Amino acid sequence: MNDPDRAPHGDARTAKAELPPVLEDAAALARTWSDPPGLVGWITTVDHKRIALRYLVTAFVMFLGGGVLASMMRLQLSRPENTLFGPDFYNQLFTTHGTNMMFLFAVPVTQALGIYFVPLMVGSRNIAFPRMVAYSYWLYLGGCLMLWVPFLLNTGPDMGWFSYAPLSEILYTPTKRADVWAQMITFTEVAGLAVAVSIVVTALKLRAPGMSLNRIPIFVWGMVVQSFMIIFAMPAIMLASTALILDRLANTHFFDVERGGDALLWQHLFWFFGHPEVYIIFIPGTALVSTIVTSFSRRHIFGYLAVVLSLVSTGFVGFGLWVHHMFATGLPKLGESFFTAASIIIAVPTGIQFFCWIATLWSGRVSLKTPLVWVLGFFWVFLIGGLTGVMLAAVPLDLQVHDTYFVVAHLHYVLIGGTVFPLFGAFYYWWPKLTGRMMRERLGIASFACFFVGFNLTFFPMHLLGLHGMPRRVYTYPPDAGWTTMNQLELVGVAFMTLGTLLFLADAWMALRHGATATDDPWLAGTLEWATTSPPPAYNFLHAPTVAGREPVWDNPPDQPIVVGLRTDVRDVLVTHVMDAEPDHRTEFPEPTKWPLLTALSTTALFVGSIFTAWAVVYCAVPLFVSMTGWFWPKHPGETGTQAWPIAHRTLPMPNEPPSGKAA
Amino acid sequence: MTAPQPPTAGQHAFAPGRRGAARTIDVSMLAPGGFGHRSLMWWGTLGLVLIEGTMFALTIGAYFYLRERNTYWPPQNIAPPDLLWGTLNLLVLAASAIPNEIAKKAAERIDLRAVRLWLVVCLAFGVAFNAIRVFEFLHLNVTFSNDAYGSIVWMLLGLHTVHIATDVADTAVLTALMFIGPVEEKRFVDVEENAVYWYFVVATWLPIYGVIYWAPRII
Repeated sequence: MNDPDRAPHGDARTAKAELPPVLEDAAALARTWSDPPGLVGWITTVDHKRIALRYLVTAFVMFLGGGVLASMMRLQLSRPENTLFGPDFYNQLFTTHGTNMMFLFAVPVTQALGIYFVPLMVGSRNIAFPRMVAYSYWLYLGGCLMLWVPFLLNTGPDMGWFSYAPLSEILYTPTKRADVWAQMITFTEVAGLAVAVSIVVTALKLRAPGMSLNRIPIFVWGMVVQSFMIIFAMPAIMLASTALILDRLANTHFFDVERGGDALLWQHLFWFFGHPEVYIIFIPGTALVSTIVTSFSRRHIFGYLAVVLSLVSTGFVGFGLWVHHMFATGLPKLGESFFTAASIIIAVPTGIQFFCWIATLWSGRVSLKTPLVWVLGFFWVFLIGGLTGVMLAAVPLDLQVHDTYFVVAHLHYVLIGGTVFPLFGAFYYWWPKLTGRMMRERLGIASFACFFVGFNLTFFPMHLLGLHGMPRRVYTYPPDAGWTTMNQLELVGVAFMTLGTLLFLADAWMALRHGATATDDPWLAGTLEWATTSPPPAYNFLHAPTVAGREPVWDNPPDQPIVVGLRTDVRDVLVTHVMDAEPDHRTEFPEPTKWPLLTALSTTALFVGSIFTAWAVVYCAVPLFVSMTGWFWPKHPGETGTQAWPIAHRTLPMPNEPPSGKAA
Repeated sequence: MTAPQPPTAGQHAFAPGRRGAARTIDVSMLAPGGFGHRSLMWWGTLGLVLIEGTMFALTIGAYFYLRERNTYWPPQNIAPPDLLWGTLNLLVLAASAIPNEIAKKAAERIDLRAVRLWLVVCLAFGVAFNAIRVFEFLHLNVTFSNDAYGSIVWMLLGLHTVHIATDVADTAVLTALMFIGPVEEKRFVDVEENAVYWYFVVATWLPIYGVIYWAPRII
């Protein structure tokens, strides 16, 4: 083959077999990077892999919980005039379901994959700011409890997942339900923002030497774009939820029309976050698709530059669409036309990616394993979701089907298609790396088949129900509405989806117990996470790698240099330049610490307390200040790995000094 | 095992080489840190600046959105905020850039005595700024519960106050560390980054001051 884009034909590990002898002291690295044993280690860990696994498991539990709520709704709607649940409980069901899936499942689960795999894919020993990532997990857990505990106490939010004012104002929701929702937002957004910053800095500054911008794995690009979107979008929802809770508890009037406020301000702020949120969820999904398609086509991705630019441009255009959620609010025509155009334009970068995936598969040597099968499912489901999206971008159609099941169908095709299918693919793809065990192909295919059939049975009829006029969020309907059969069909679909999920869980459980041991690189894939053991050691790589191509395991020559000279007695990490990833300096990473948990606990006290009295913000600032000072304060002299005072000769270079001189 | 003796500035290098059969890049002589955009924390601070900057921009956007929805702004019978305290604070905060810059430069020279002195001066400015802020709140001529105008003005000023208050708390902890803690070379990078964030807080006050004090008068 003379196509330079093609991976080498042979076993990718022949290169590894010729690797030079071990130069690093594995025992010393393990001593330095391991956590203390037992519960102490569990609480204090700053290992990105352990934190990410925690995130993954929690987010998956949230997925199952949200699924149970969805099944309860479908059960309620499976008969006309059903009295199984009352309207009040049904409102809590769909609000908690939507809120849970958006804020506690979709975003955290993709960030969890980022926390686990971005450092591995760029060849680093840990994620940037690992203590902040540890802190973010505890806050996220607080957010989960904040939603589910009130729900189980019959105080779950009941205003819909976008909590429109004035319904969510104190006049119409005099209970704590809206406050619970607003502070749950604060929990999850602070956590999401912390992770976003860590992922961006990891991708910019901790890349292995040689990994210039044009060699960054597409999954890492996707996570970077997602993180930047989080950075620019989530402040909007934090501002909105803060204003809401102030309206409710401190008697302000942001959304109160009688006192000069404006209810549409809520919608603008919410959707300025809420629409980018869709892409925050979906961009990691497409990046996963690119990753899996590349690995199972056994070739470099077709149109790397086009795919990366598509991700970036989706990130930009995603901020210009929010008003299409508000077409029914009577905005000026010019505004509607602009947002229609923007909403149609965003189909272009996604279309480009589709063609790149097809070209990659077409010209590759496809190995049809379970992860790729899930991705093929994604193609179909997401394509339909995208097409109905283009339809909904047109104002007349949008007005016709506004708040009907057509929208419910569309958003589930987009979100489940865009994220859940690639995620299941990613679970199967990375399971060997996460656990060191292989899952079973047959069960994986069976699980996919059930889920795929079930998904389409559940959600495709919703398009038709919407066109037949069934509004979303109704807890029941009359027998002569003509909606009964399709609702019953949907219940059958739910059964299939449940079966598919259970098969996945069974497969995962059996793989953990009796699965075949996974090799380092069972799929013969090319990115750096496959260049270390399955699962990776605490220090990630025995030899800190350098890279010579986009898929280092494929592209690196057998004598590719390795990085030596990082200290093994402390958590020494190599920091590189943003553009070309040239080695710049070393930095010492933090040891396990209890302070992130303590800081999260004081933050939790502040958030929960503020629901009951505004003074909690003042009282709880004290423990928050103490715990943050404890976090920052040195634990022992020499902690930073730099010279202690008095300093004879400075060693830290200024920003404008050249990256390196002659060898000393 | 003792740490290898660090080289002095200007001598850092990573050296391509060979050990046995392996090609290597030896990074042991690279510096154990760096100032400015070399440092991870500088980028982390930048991330925080982006988040907080977006927050301020959106709040200002909300201010003008609400203004658009009201016939009278400020509402009838409500005077715009008194100019005295806010303008005084503008001067104080702008002046605080001077000790801030001197502290930053001292940190980059790794001059502990000067860092200690100028951090204390910065801290004094910060305390003064927060104290004047109390009078600003008292002279807004509107309460947050009066109407949407009052709510958004208090929100803007409150958000900025949270930033100056937390930044003063940060600076206080850092100053204490530079006096009593184990002082290490890396801590001077922390001082530098603290100065960068202080600049952000100063810079955001310019548009927020303009909106709170001048938008009701001239727009």
